[in-house]
Amino acid sequence: MASFIQLLIGGVSMGILYGVVAIGFVLLWQTSQTINFGQGELVMVPMFMMVGLHLVLKIPFWPSFILTLVACGIMGYLFERLMIRKLLPGGVLVIVIATLGLSGFLRYGMQIAWTPQTLFFPHLFSTKPIELGDIIFSPEDIWNIVIISIIIIVLHLCIKRTKLGMAMQAVAQSRETAELMGINVRHIIILVFVLNSVLAGTAAVFAAPIFFVRYDIGIFLGVKAFVAAIIGGFNQIRGALVGGLTVGLAETFAAAYITTAYRDAFVMILLLIVLLIKPEGIVGIKEEAY
Amino acid sequence: MKRLLFWGIIIAILCVIPWFLGDYTLYVVSLTYVYTIVAIGLNLTLGYANQVSLCHASFFGIGAYTMALLLAQGWSFWLILPFSGIFAGLFGAVIGFPALKWKDHYLALITIAVNIITFFIMMQESWLTGGPTGVSGITRPSIGPLSFTPDISYYYLLLVFYILAILASIWIVNSKWGRAFRAIGLNELASRGHGISSFNYKLLAFAVGAFFAGVGGGLFAPLLRYIAPDAFTFFISLEFLIMIVIGGMGRIEGPIIGAIIVVMGPEVLRMAEAAYLIVYSLILIFVMLFMRQGLVIVLDRLREAVPAWVERRK
Repeated sequence: MASFIQLLIGGVSMGILYGVVAIGFVLLWQTSQTINFGQGELVMVPMFMMVGLHLVLKIPFWPSFILTLVACGIMGYLFERLMIRKLLPGGVLVIVIATLGLSGFLRYGMQIAWTPQTLFFPHLFSTKPIELGDIIFSPEDIWNIVIISIIIIVLHLCIKRTKLGMAMQAVAQSRETAELMGINVRHIIILVFVLNSVLAGTAAVFAAPIFFVRYDIGIFLGVKAFVAAIIGGFNQIRGALVGGLTVGLAETFAAAYITTAYRDAFVMILLLIVLLIKPEGIVGIKEEAY
Repeated sequence: MKRLLFWGIIIAILCVIPWFLGDYTLYVVSLTYVYTIVAIGLNLTLGYANQVSLCHASFFGIGAYTMALLLAQGWSFWLILPFSGIFAGLFGAVIGFPALKWKDHYLALITIAVNIITFFIMMQESWLTGGPTGVSGITRPSIGPLSFTPDISYYYLLLVFYILAILASIWIVNSKWGRAFRAIGLNELASRGHGISSFNYKLLAFAVGAFFAGVGGGLFAPLLRYIAPDAFTFFISLEFLIMIVIGGMGRIEGPIIGAIIVVMGPEVLRMAEAAYLIVYSLILIFVMLFMRQGLVIVLDRLREAVPAWVERRK
């Protein structure tokens, strides 16, 4: 039982990270039909930025964090401006291929420009295990869960309550109708791209101490986030979160109780099962066939 | 007549060049032939029928492992090669099932998942696949006294299959199947309206595409004489995709041009692996932004421009 709770905490803390990355993914899809196969690289790049600013240039944590987020926002803006805007009329497949190209460019670019080695980032919180009866857990996991939950709740409230958030929802429902209602769809889409990059940047800071900083970490995170989005439900922000948690818990428990050898493959098998049984995702709403 | 002469000269050149190439260059050219066969398969699936497959390296791997493992059982190369294709083709048909329901990004992710799973199986199931170290000591075939063991003879064998694969793809594209693939690729709903069973043809597009990849794999294993899971990762699938996108999707010449650029480019430019991957990634974005037909349009332009230029010179 004690080990079950420990695994549960570990799984949720992983899952919620996947969830945050997946939320950005879902937002992009909803508002602009962009499938971003470079999503993982949008997490990888800020990881390196944090290492560069905080560890190499010795800038204190908070200023480097803010600088990183600003840089992420600019990256998101350029991503929309220079690539996606021109590609959207070409359809989904064109975007899939182009973002695969982008992910390769960022990945190998980082490898050449910086290092092919794994870099370490200091833990943000204490990792000294806390013992509660039989249960031993790391405060880092708890802090990650708490802080990311707060970020997600704030984001959720912004989308549901503020005018800008409602405009975003309107664009997601119907671009044409939103335009007729006087919403500047262009601006909303840019906003979503910036928001996505900033979310990915935030996730990067939490992920860096856990997954370590490596040029190819983006594939790992990007595929997990994409799987999370599909498992949870592609047309719901809630879905991304549920999917992220499912992926995090599934891989943690599978590794502990079934086999560690197939840890990463297990998530893929889960994906295939979900797609066969409930293709719209666990909490997704059925749309016409994709 | 003129065209026959043209192709005759090209084939004659390809027959003569191995005598002038060093060992390594000969290997690179041979590898290009193998990869072209796989890329031709992907071109049928993605280029013509518009069904994304990011697990062509799995099909390729299934073909290669079939060859390596059955050769070790003492089977004949000539008997196994069709099996390499058929196993991969059957697997492709199974993977094609999701394609009946999902397309574009969903299919892309599903096929990535398949590639990751097959890679894990190759790595973990050592009793069958030899695990991370793979299978070594793969022999090359012979017909009677004619042995294909020397690199140069195996080159000629690959050249034959290379030409056969290109001819087969021309034949398929112009057959009833090819027309159905293109119809589905252009507009699935409309093609269904014209009585094309999109259900059967989507499965077929995957199966045929995988068959080519399987045959490619069957030829690949004896070329290297050693196979390991590294040769069949998702990144290799991505390289096949890059080949046909750069070359030109939905064109016969596409995979031929693409494979030459992707396999030979790094050797010619003598770049580090990461450096040419950056270049290819940029080309991928560039092609999607400005030149969606691929490099084959450069060839088309030349084909128009050269006769006009000759005309003017007169």
